[in-house]
Amino acid sequence: MSNLLTISPSPHFKDKPTTKSLMFGVLTALIPTFLVSLYSFGIGALVTTLVSVGSCVLFEWLITKYMLKQQPHIADGSAILTGVLLAFNLPSNISPFIVMFGALIAIGIAKMCFGGLGCNLFNPALVARVFLLISFPVQMTSWPKPIESRLNYLDAVTGATPMAAIKAGDLSICENANFLDMFVGTIGGSLGEVSAIALILGGIYMIARKIITWHIPVSIIATVALFTTLGWLSSEGYVFGRKIEVIANLFESGIHPLYHILGGGLLLGAIFMATDYVTSPMSATGKIIFGVGIGLLTIIIRLWGNYPEGMSFAILLMNAVVPLINKKFQPARFGAPKTK
Amino acid sequence: MKLSTFKIGGVHPSGSKLSADQPIKVMPIPDTVYIPAAQHIGKPADIIVQKGDKVKVGQLIAKSSGFVSANIHSSVSGTVTAVGPVPDPSGIAKMGVTIKVEGDEWMEDIDRSETLDTNVDRFSDKEIIDRVTAAGIVGMGGATFPAHVKFTVPLEKKAEALLINGVECEPYLTADHRVMLEKSEQLMVGVKLIMKAVKTEKAFIGIEANKPDAIEKLTELSHKYAGIKVVPLALKYPQGSEKHLIKAIMNKEVPSGKLPIDVGAVVSNAGTAVAVYEAVMKNKPLIERVVTVTGNSVKNPSNFLARIGTPVRLLIEAAGGLPEDTGKVISGGPMMGKAATNTDFPVAKGTSGVLIMPEELAHRREPEPCIRCGKCVDACPMGLEPYLLSVYSRKKMWDECEEHYIYDCIECGCCVYSCPAARPLLDYMRLGKSTVMGIIRSRKK
Ligand code: SF4
Ligand code: SF4
Repeated sequence: MSNLLTISPSPHFKDKPTTKSLMFGVLTALIPTFLVSLYSFGIGALVTTLVSVGSCVLFEWLITKYMLKQQPHIADGSAILTGVLLAFNLPSNISPFIVMFGALIAIGIAKMCFGGLGCNLFNPALVARVFLLISFPVQMTSWPKPIESRLNYLDAVTGATPMAAIKAGDLSICENANFLDMFVGTIGGSLGEVSAIALILGGIYMIARKIITWHIPVSIIATVALFTTLGWLSSEGYVFGRKIEVIANLFESGIHPLYHILGGGLLLGAIFMATDYVTSPMSATGKIIFGVGIGLLTIIIRLWGNYPEGMSFAILLMNAVVPLINKKFQPARFGAPKTK
Repeated sequence: MKLSTFKIGGVHPSGSKLSADQPIKVMPIPDTVYIPAAQHIGKPADIIVQKGDKVKVGQLIAKSSGFVSANIHSSVSGTVTAVGPVPDPSGIAKMGVTIKVEGDEWMEDIDRSETLDTNVDRFSDKEIIDRVTAAGIVGMGGATFPAHVKFTVPLEKKAEALLINGVECEPYLTADHRVMLEKSEQLMVGVKLIMKAVKTEKAFIGIEANKPDAIEKLTELSHKYAGIKVVPLALKYPQGSEKHLIKAIMNKEVPSGKLPIDVGAVVSNAGTAVAVYEAVMKNKPLIERVVTVTGNSVKNPSNFLARIGTPVRLLIEAAGGLPEDTGKVISGGPMMGKAATNTDFPVAKGTSGVLIMPEELAHRREPEPCIRCGKCVDACPMGLEPYLLSVYSRKKMWDECEEHYIYDCIECGCCVYSCPAARPLLDYMRLGKSTVMGIIRSRKK
């Protein structure tokens, strides 16, 4: 019987999570968000998500099998996840052909051209989104009104998102502030960005299950909160009893910080997009630097840039810096000599 | 109370201490024992018996061949039937002595009484070390480093404290746990002896919190022995690594490339301390040890006191036989133990346990692409970047391996344990580490 024993070098023990279980864990965390989007946007949300997931999986399969001539790994769930995240970054009344085109960009260009799972520099879903935003600016920024156009798909009644309205100089939306809507998700916007509570729930679930760590979401949200609060307070008048002229001049409009945090896909980005394993840094310090960078860039783009919401650009820009961050911010080393 | 532990990395595999409540059972003496000449790190001992020689229990049969080497004694009485290859877990037979057992006749100078002898003052530090050397004691946690080498503190250095490793952080293993419970007094005297040998007034016994009975019993006893303190530790693997135990207890980091003594620590295993007691107070060489035989499908997971050289097969039979679904037999624990090709290999001084794994857990998963999740980085207790180092090593980029401190790797396996993509990280770490160490050594020449 002795020749029946298996031998291999240690360790002989393994923790449970697998690539597949992690990917499906993220998908599970997205369920509440999906439910809210179905409630708010109805048929459009369903169709867009299905088309996006279907075409991402299809393209991945076709490319791996026929272009790379390898065994496709659809079961690992990464293509499904990219599909869901892409859909969640689109308005629900968008043409299915645009969605398919987006899927081709995400899988074909942003993922496979770089070498497939684990090798891409940029978040595939975001690359596709930004590509679509530039190619189809009109379709990408006409957002269906929530609830009332639930039963319509392409012919949905459209309205502005809070971020776009503010950018257009319409501050009325701030005056009749309704954070509750933003919190629950009955506002205009991309499929998956509207409900703060659902996104936060997903985030807590992922942190609790150790799928992600807190570093990236918390540092992004904290950075945005800090700077927008400073700006808000000083544009109202005073911070710490003093008016900080520089800051007051920079933030001329008094936008409540909660708008910045709850609106414009910030939570979707912070919790689900920026935390993508492949395109985020490795060490804890690196993750915090990455998060702070995204937070700052988002505010800069939102306040002084041309796009109403800077999240996607901010994440992509920081994606490009990840190799550098990984190089500079190595993990704390055990027994490192005190003085170099 | 907040339990102390080390800070960077570490993982929490489930304990699976199936045999924790099983008292130590004495294994019957087998018909034949196979005693390897290399049961320690360092040079194999020189065999001094010949075929046909009559030997007694405790008789020297192989002599230490240098400073970093250890004596080996016969664990049985009988006739030497062969001097030559004996079975080894690796499947490649190693040099050793085969003895056919006849009766159980001990050397006359061994005190076999059970009476506890606490008179430590009878011996000087030098005498203690001499007796430890003579008895062939090695680190019994699995590292098998000759104990007298550790206890000989270089003149220019000073031991601030002695740390006793009662952590047993490897899942499944319970040998040290049982020893701490059943040989508590002997352990305490052993600790006192080592304290004297290394000239320190302080000793800490580190025990993980999953052994509350051992913590309680030793804490109570420690009031009788001045200078010894029991430190309960939070559960975390690899807390039994010397460097991490020192960090957990003394909050000191052994600098890269240095030894525990450089931060004033001497670390010894709990089982070793009991062996020291027996060697010094009772003049008994290291001829038997406690071995855990365990596994999820093993009928009666047990702790056996077995003579060195007893074929492991007999221990497995005594624990209910090799289960039907066996796929792997591991000498040691699941994290750092060695998979064996056979069950004929003998119990050696460093055999802390035999773990039997079912077929479905015996195989590695097919590796998938690295998803750069950083879990290996978070898990590495040395603060290395296994995902990166394994790539450098695979591509033979030795300079980059060295720049990223591959030589710091303690081969604990935390990275592989936590990798969701089942990357064979440690295989490449080992390759890179040994190559880089070789390069560094050749540079010094
Ligand atoms: S085996 Fe080496 S690289 Fe892997 S976790 Fe342990 S020390 Fe780190
Ligand atoms: S744990 Fe595995 S998959 Fe994750 S970064 Fe390390 S090697 Fe890659």
